[in-house]
Amino acid sequence: MHILSPSRFTAVLVKEFIQMRRDRMTFAMMIAIPIIQLMLFGFAINSDPKHLPTLVEMNDTGPVTRAVVAAMRNSAYFDFIGISPGPEASEEALKTGRATFVVVIPSGFERDIMRGTHPSILLAADASDPSATGGAVTALPGIVTGALKNVATGPLSMLKGGENAFSVTVHRHYNPAGVTSFNIVPGLLAIILSMTMVMITAIAIVRESERGTMESLIATPVRPTEVMIGKILPYVGIGYVQTVVFLILAEVVFGVPFDGSAAAFLLGLNLFIVVNLALGFLFSTVARNQMQAMQMSFFYLLPSILLSGFMFPFAGMPGWAQTLGTAIPSTHFIRIVRKVMLKGAGVAEIVPDITAICIIIAVIVMIALLRYRQTLD
Amino acid sequence: MNEPVIAVTGLTKRFGDKTVVDGFDMTVPKGAIYGFLGPNGSGKTTTIRMMCGLLTPDGGSGTCLGYDILTESERIKAHVGYMTQRFSLYEDLTIRENLDFIARMFRLDNRRQRVDAALEDLGLADRSHQLAGQLSGGWKQRLALSACLIHDPDLLLLDEPTAGVDPKARREFWDEIRRLSDAGVTVLVSTHYMDEAIQCDFITYIAYGKKLIEGPANEIAARSGLVTWRVEGRGLAKLEAELTGEAGVEQVARFGTALHVSGTDEKALAKTVRAHERKDLAWSRQPAGLEELFIHLMDSSRDNFASGA
Repeated sequence: MHILSPSRFTAVLVKEFIQMRRDRMTFAMMIAIPIIQLMLFGFAINSDPKHLPTLVEMNDTGPVTRAVVAAMRNSAYFDFIGISPGPEASEEALKTGRATFVVVIPSGFERDIMRGTHPSILLAADASDPSATGGAVTALPGIVTGALKNVATGPLSMLKGGENAFSVTVHRHYNPAGVTSFNIVPGLLAIILSMTMVMITAIAIVRESERGTMESLIATPVRPTEVMIGKILPYVGIGYVQTVVFLILAEVVFGVPFDGSAAAFLLGLNLFIVVNLALGFLFSTVARNQMQAMQMSFFYLLPSILLSGFMFPFAGMPGWAQTLGTAIPSTHFIRIVRKVMLKGAGVAEIVPDITAICIIIAVIVMIALLRYRQTLD
Repeated sequence: MNEPVIAVTGLTKRFGDKTVVDGFDMTVPKGAIYGFLGPNGSGKTTTIRMMCGLLTPDGGSGTCLGYDILTESERIKAHVGYMTQRFSLYEDLTIRENLDFIARMFRLDNRRQRVDAALEDLGLADRSHQLAGQLSGGWKQRLALSACLIHDPDLLLLDEPTAGVDPKARREFWDEIRRLSDAGVTVLVSTHYMDEAIQCDFITYIAYGKKLIEGPANEIAARSGLVTWRVEGRGLAKLEAELTGEAGVEQVARFGTALHVSGTDEKALAKTVRAHERKDLAWSRQPAGLEELFIHLMDSSRDNFASGA
């Protein structure tokens, strides 16, 4: 006698497939996750980013300057977005993240080359994300040498010798040593917060309806907003505790500096907590059980790790992926934390990121409220 | 006559393209025990939820305790105790915590005394720190009842309160319902059990969202025009097969050691009965009971559903 009956086994198999198909959400997730995530991350992630926004401080012009700037542009690493009027403006652009590089051509540059006094071009880099700037900085000497070959004719023929005529000095701002953990650790706060906030909120609300307790709750005169606030506030508290733990560890274990304003940090933190709770609430209105709430949270989590600039340079992603990343709250919060902790930013410098988060909150809350009305009935 | 506690007309609820409750009317007088009967999925729960303002009807209107069910659901909720079909208190809270939480939701004064009194009535005062999830089915049901009585409601809505509870606990539960009714609380209770239906003052029967019959419990069977013959004796299984489908026989059901043969055509049924008289069978005519009525209603409503679907 066989212990394994093929027909019985097949029956179970078929039943499993039927159940799988009935649970449309899970089924869609199983099919969609590999496709979407693979397409997304396979194409989006690039550890050698190009087209980094670059400003030039033109204190001199001439054939050599033009040749160097043109060669940098042609290399595709640098996208010149404008001329910087002076050092303050350059510093500002780096701090707000408008520019990743500032090229400073010193005054009397062309003259000094002719005299053979080896002047130096300064490349100021925002090194708070070392992997974003690394490729461009490494490629720079080769680019410059190539540029000089093209202009080394006529009166400049003595430049044939190459880079000896002048040098390029790289100044790494905000993270002079290029320590990777300085870049990763601040970003981790965003990931930790979205992981717990989104998932816990979604699950806590779904659990109430899954266990049937929502029924006796709404049979009392309690108002929906009272339920929401009462359920969400404890998790805001948890978010604060996590942040405090994070700040202590960042300081003590990793030695990450905290150079910026605490007010800016708190503003960003609160908005980020709000956006995560709103997102968790939105998921809870869609998910029918805790399992689905969990799946949706994970589905959201992956792009917020991979497309937010947390692990891989944001600038390295193609345009469509950057657009997608811009819609993820973590992208903006990571920028806020890096700006405040590493670049010493205050409230003024994080205004664009704050604005973006506020827009995302408004959109999510609108969708969530529409969905919530439906689920009540 | 007092103003009715519940008075609704034309209640309709659709979920997607399925009409769950269709043009439902109901009037419940004050202090009555009103039985709400019908097969599973007939729309009993949905109707109860609409009457206490938990669900917004797609059509119809009415009042509950004098408040409009469409616009004053918050006021209704404050005076209604709703006991859900499934245990819906927090299994991970203790008995006391559950009662206290519900009392807070109703913003009751003297919360501590009320909770203590409720625990005392329950007989759970010494186990008040036990988790609700650890209670047996009967105890859970009693806890759920005291939770929905904690704010002294004027109306109790009980949705299949005794499902999965043993007979003794069921009996005690109904004694309690009687007591509350005598104290002036109006009770609307949905059930599948005939012995519970008999205890109600009024009964309404609903199937597939439509009300089929309604009336005082002691009159409703007679009103339906259903005639029942009872037969005892030997070879009932064979007789049951023979009778099924005969003229005038609409339903043959076994009750203990007897068969109940019922139909609405009195003459045709009597003729069939005479044709089956044998000396080892004892036939007797008797008034149709609730149980025959409900089997009859369920059979006819099933047809109704099949043609409607």
